[in-house]
Parts: sequence; structure tokens; C-alpha cells
Amino acid sequence: MAVLPILTYPDSALKQISKEVEDINASLLSFISQLEETMRAGSGGVGIAAPQVGRIERIAIVDVSSKAKIDQHGRLVLINPEISRWDGMKVGREGCMSVPDFTGNVIRADQIELTYLDERGEQQQLEANGYEARAIQHELDHLDGLLFLDRLVSRHNDLFKRKVYK
Amino acid sequence: MSAWYMLTIVGRDQPGIVAQISNGLFEAGYQLGETSMMRLGGNFTMMLMVSRGTNGNATGENVIDEDEINEAKIKAQLQPCLTDLDLRVHLDPIEAHLHEHITPNLRVSVYGADRPGIVARVTNILQQQDFNILDLESDVAGSDDKPIYIMHIEGVCQSSADDLEQALNRESKSEIDIKVFPIDTLIG
Ligand SMILES: [Zn+2]
Repeated sequence: MAVLPILTYPDSALKQISKEVEDINASLLSFISQLEETMRAGSGGVGIAAPQVGRIERIAIVDVSSKAKIDQHGRLVLINPEISRWDGMKVGREGCMSVPDFTGNVIRADQIELTYLDERGEQQQLEANGYEARAIQHELDHLDGLLFLDRLVSRHNDLFKRKVYK
Repeated sequence: MSAWYMLTIVGRDQPGIVAQISNGLFEAGYQLGETSMMRLGGNFTMMLMVSRGTNGNATGENVIDEDEINEAKIKAQLQPCLTDLDLRVHLDPIEAHLHEHITPNLRVSVYGADRPGIVARVTNILQQQDFNILDLESDVAGSDDKPIYIMHIEGVCQSSADDLEQALNRESKSEIDIKVFPIDTLIG
């Protein structure tokens, strides 16, 4: 077991589209536990995606259980995840282990429905909302070569800018 | 490390200023750090961290004639666009570092009828609450006879959003609306 080095922008691995996992075998599971260890080693990280350590496969881990009083599913290992429904929109502040020293506002769906394979290769389905839904969307973006930098909105968007009605 | 200077540029707003200034600085060999540009009351205002640059390398190698940065020189270098654009320029040496952003944990949103002292009152209460302001913006909306003051502050404070909001509303003793929201930064 080892903490893997996190790739940071502009590493080209972060811009690639990850390929589907074909076979969930022992070596994949061992990679997943290293990926999880890497996520937990980063301070405050609530998710990680395989491309962030240079493995261009559709694997992500999300665990927002450290946050108090929110709806959440605890530790989630998401293999070949797919969002099947998006609802609502919300602005929230995000940062990324692959983009040090910067945070910004990003609009995400407030509720999502997701299908994925778990570590046993079983098809799962879940509904997530709020902070957990945001974390899942952030990680799934990594699988499509997208960073939160691709989705930044102005920090001024927290307030709805005044309009002049005449 | 590079030696940084704060370049302040103020003038009447018109299209193309940012492009001309940044191009002028680039041509003269300056490197930019963090910058902000805002329109205040219809005026162009911009503050830019400038240095003689290390080409993005923080080891301090290849620093070119750093000592020669001064206000007179930068004015001369920017002269073509300054004259055309009628801008005023000021330069100060600063102690500055990049890559040391502090992440705010609270956002304070304030609005009220425009009365003298709103900013002073709110920021003084924030100071009493050990709130460290990282970012403040205020604006006057409404109309001449009924102005509305709107302020947006982000910063770091140990108090919870609820406690701080209560303290602000208790201490401000006036009809301004003050709300405090947590900024929960997701790192993934
Ligand atoms: Zn990320």
C-alpha cells in the first residue's frame, strides 16, 4: 500500500477521456485501495478520480462522511459511473488536489441519479444531493478530462447582479 | 524570489484599456502576478502585481535588472498607451508572495439604504469578532433619491455563520440586512 503521487495541471493525463473498466480483478482492487489511501492522505479531500494519479480509467472514490449533517452515502467506490438524471442548479466553491492554491465557484446539479459498478462488479444505483452530488460530479468530470477550471463562474455570481429595469 | 511591485492605474473607462496596458507591460518585459480590475463609479481601476520576472521560476535565477523598476521608468515604458488613454499610474514596492491563498470560510452579505457609516460599522463589528477580511466589494445601487448600499465580504473567522450573523445583527443596531453564509470549499 502506498500513497500515489497526485498529478497536477498541466499534466496531460488530466485532460484525457478515461476508458471503461473491463475487468474488476485483484490488481484493480489493489489500485483502488491505493487510490483511496491517496485521497485520505490529502487534507480535506472528499473525492479522487483515477486520472488524478495517472490511471486513465473510469474509477472514482467519493466520501463526504466527514461533513456534519448532510445527506450522504459514506464511502463510495464508483466504477464506470454514469449520471442518468440531473435536477436543480447550485453555485458552490470548489478546489482540486490537481489544481493547488486556487478555489472558485462552480455551478452543479443539486440532485443526481447515478448508476455504477461497485467493487464486487455489481450494478448499483443511487440518488445523491447537495454536497455529495457536487463531489460526485467533480470526480466524474475528471473521467471526462474536465477540471473545475473548465466550469468556473465568476465569484460575483454568489449575488445576483443587479439589473436595471426601465 | 521575484521582487514585486504594485502598479495602480486609474482613469476614465473606455474599451481596450486592459489589453493595451497588459501588452505594454509585456513588451517592456514585466511579468504579472495577481491582478484585479474593476469599474468604480464609471472609472477604470486596476491593480497589478508586476515584477521583472523569473519566467515563472521561483528560484530567483535569470532576474533581469530588478533594481531598475521605478514609477518614472514604468510610466515612460507605458507612455504611448497612457497618453492615448489618459490614465494615471502609481507604483509601490511591496512584500508579496504567490501561491499562498487563504481559503475563506464565511461570506457576509449586507444591504441597506445608503447611509454614511455602513461599511465602517459592519467592518468594525467584524474586527471585534476576529473576522479576517480577505475580499470586500461594495456597490451603490438604487437611484439618486433612494440609494441602496450592497456589500459582499469574504473572510476567515472561527465563529459559526449563525453566531456571526447574530452578533452582526445585534451590534449593528440599524436597519441593514446582514446575512452570513458558510463557504464550504469542496476539494476533490
Ligand atoms: Zn479534482
